[in-house]
Amino acid sequence: MSGKVFAEFSQDFSKNLGGTPQPLLQVEGLSKFYGARRGCADVSFDLWPGEVMGIVGESGSGKTTLLNCLAGHLAPDTGRVLFDTRANGMQDTVTMSEPERRMLGRTDWAFVHQHASDGLRMNVSAGGNVGERLMAVGARNYGDIRERAIDWLGRVEIAAERIDDRPTAFSGGMRQRLQIARNLVTGPRLVFMDEPTGGLDVSVQARLLDLLRGLVREMGLSAIIVTHDLAVVRLLADRLMVMKDGQVVETGLTDQVLDDPQHGYTQLLVSSVLQV
Amino acid sequence: MTTQTAEATQSAYNFAYLDEQTKRMIRRAILKGLAVPGYQVPFASREMPMPYGWGTGGVQVSAATLTPEDCFKVIDQGADDTTNAVSIRKFFERTAQVETTTHTAEATVIQTRHRIPEEPLREDQVLVYQVPIPEPLRFLEPSEVETRKMHALEEYGLMHVKLYEDIARHGAISTAYAYPVKVEGRYVMDPSPIPKFDNPKLEMAAIQLFGAGREQRIYALPPYTQVVSLDFEDHPFDPSKAEHPCDLCGAEDSYLDEVITDDAGSRMFVCSDTDYCLARRDAGHEGAQGARG
Repeated sequence: MSGKVFAEFSQDFSKNLGGTPQPLLQVEGLSKFYGARRGCADVSFDLWPGEVMGIVGESGSGKTTLLNCLAGHLAPDTGRVLFDTRANGMQDTVTMSEPERRMLGRTDWAFVHQHASDGLRMNVSAGGNVGERLMAVGARNYGDIRERAIDWLGRVEIAAERIDDRPTAFSGGMRQRLQIARNLVTGPRLVFMDEPTGGLDVSVQARLLDLLRGLVREMGLSAIIVTHDLAVVRLLADRLMVMKDGQVVETGLTDQVLDDPQHGYTQLLVSSVLQV
Repeated sequence: MTTQTAEATQSAYNFAYLDEQTKRMIRRAILKGLAVPGYQVPFASREMPMPYGWGTGGVQVSAATLTPEDCFKVIDQGADDTTNAVSIRKFFERTAQVETTTHTAEATVIQTRHRIPEEPLREDQVLVYQVPIPEPLRFLEPSEVETRKMHALEEYGLMHVKLYEDIARHGAISTAYAYPVKVEGRYVMDPSPIPKFDNPKLEMAAIQLFGAGREQRIYALPPYTQVVSLDFEDHPFDPSKAEHPCDLCGAEDSYLDEVITDDAGSRMFVCSDTDYCLARRDAGHEGAQGARG
């Protein structure tokens, strides 16, 4: 534990010293239009290794459009998305070839969908779901694949005996946890999450958030979390970006933005949450 | 039918039923398929005088391949005498007037449904398969756009997910027919619903053409193409068959059909390749129940 704390510290330290200050993801002037309508416009930010960024905003504010542009599911109209690839350093994922982008999608990137059924193969067993990414990058030993699947099911608190059950037999919370296991099994460096707790009841949400926080810290993951739930970002995100009508209206450290909102919309957003 | 009307019927049809333009179109697809082994070439499949699922793809490929000098053989699950085989053979006897045979060695073009003949084929022979669903990834990925992309980018992890599911559920790879193969280290291909026992025979001297009429795809294997059945390191491919010799001819190396012979559960195992079985019996081999009457 102390070794990890030290690693985090030295990482921060070198960041501050400017040793090798290289963001993991650099977004420059990203815009996406649906015809004349604006999806998101002129979004720029840097995401550093090990950093979790939250994107909040109301429905239709362009959060999901932005996330899909970043993850390569949508082609942005303008702007660049630079990712620090393992092999070739900073690469623009918008202009890179499709095979390269899809390769990133199953190795260094992970995408957690709001509805687990979008991110899972519902007619394939839990073990097969977790093993798919391993097999996609060339794993050909059944025993090894199964072992790693069991290991990952354990990490997301799914009993090993459920490995041969299909996700259709799982509850909503279990499906979401299975989706997370399936995404993290190849050790990605950047995770995109689209409303990961949407549609779950509060106690299940709390458990999922706990789990996510543990995994993010433990694996040193960078993550971009899109949500409208301020409690989620309060718990998980280091930094916050507030969007309205396709534009970023406020950015800053999570606590700073939530405790001292500057922009009128952010103030409205923060005050809309019922304090229990 | 009098001689005159028979001649009138014959002259009413072009050689081998299809018109020359259609045959050219199919031949172009076949040549492309041969140039890119295992790649599914789309083609404008024609309406044939038989229902989809009865071999419309195979018949069109055969029609484009046959010449008047060819000798034609049709097998259905290994047998020369089942409805499908008999009617397709008659169809070409009538529309192409080609010689037909049931002997594998004599045939130059063999159309098959679900089997590869036991007797090794030669370089001067063509084997035409009837294919119901040419896309090996279909049952895992319903989108054609997506499967084409997966083929283009060689993303075949999903194929192993299917085999993984087999082992997880049954303890072994239970896929027994249409067992997926990788061609020349590139395309994953569905070898049509042949038993996996036949998979090792896919590396052969003859040209193999696959026609899927309803799905409008043609693909091909040139002679001596490398064809590897997919498997796991710890669950290797096993071309299994019934542990039994043929009850008629005593062959131990051929693929067997299990035939229920009465209501009391009696059964016998016989070669699925009828020509192979008959040839062996003619040569004097005899199985447990093989007394010829």
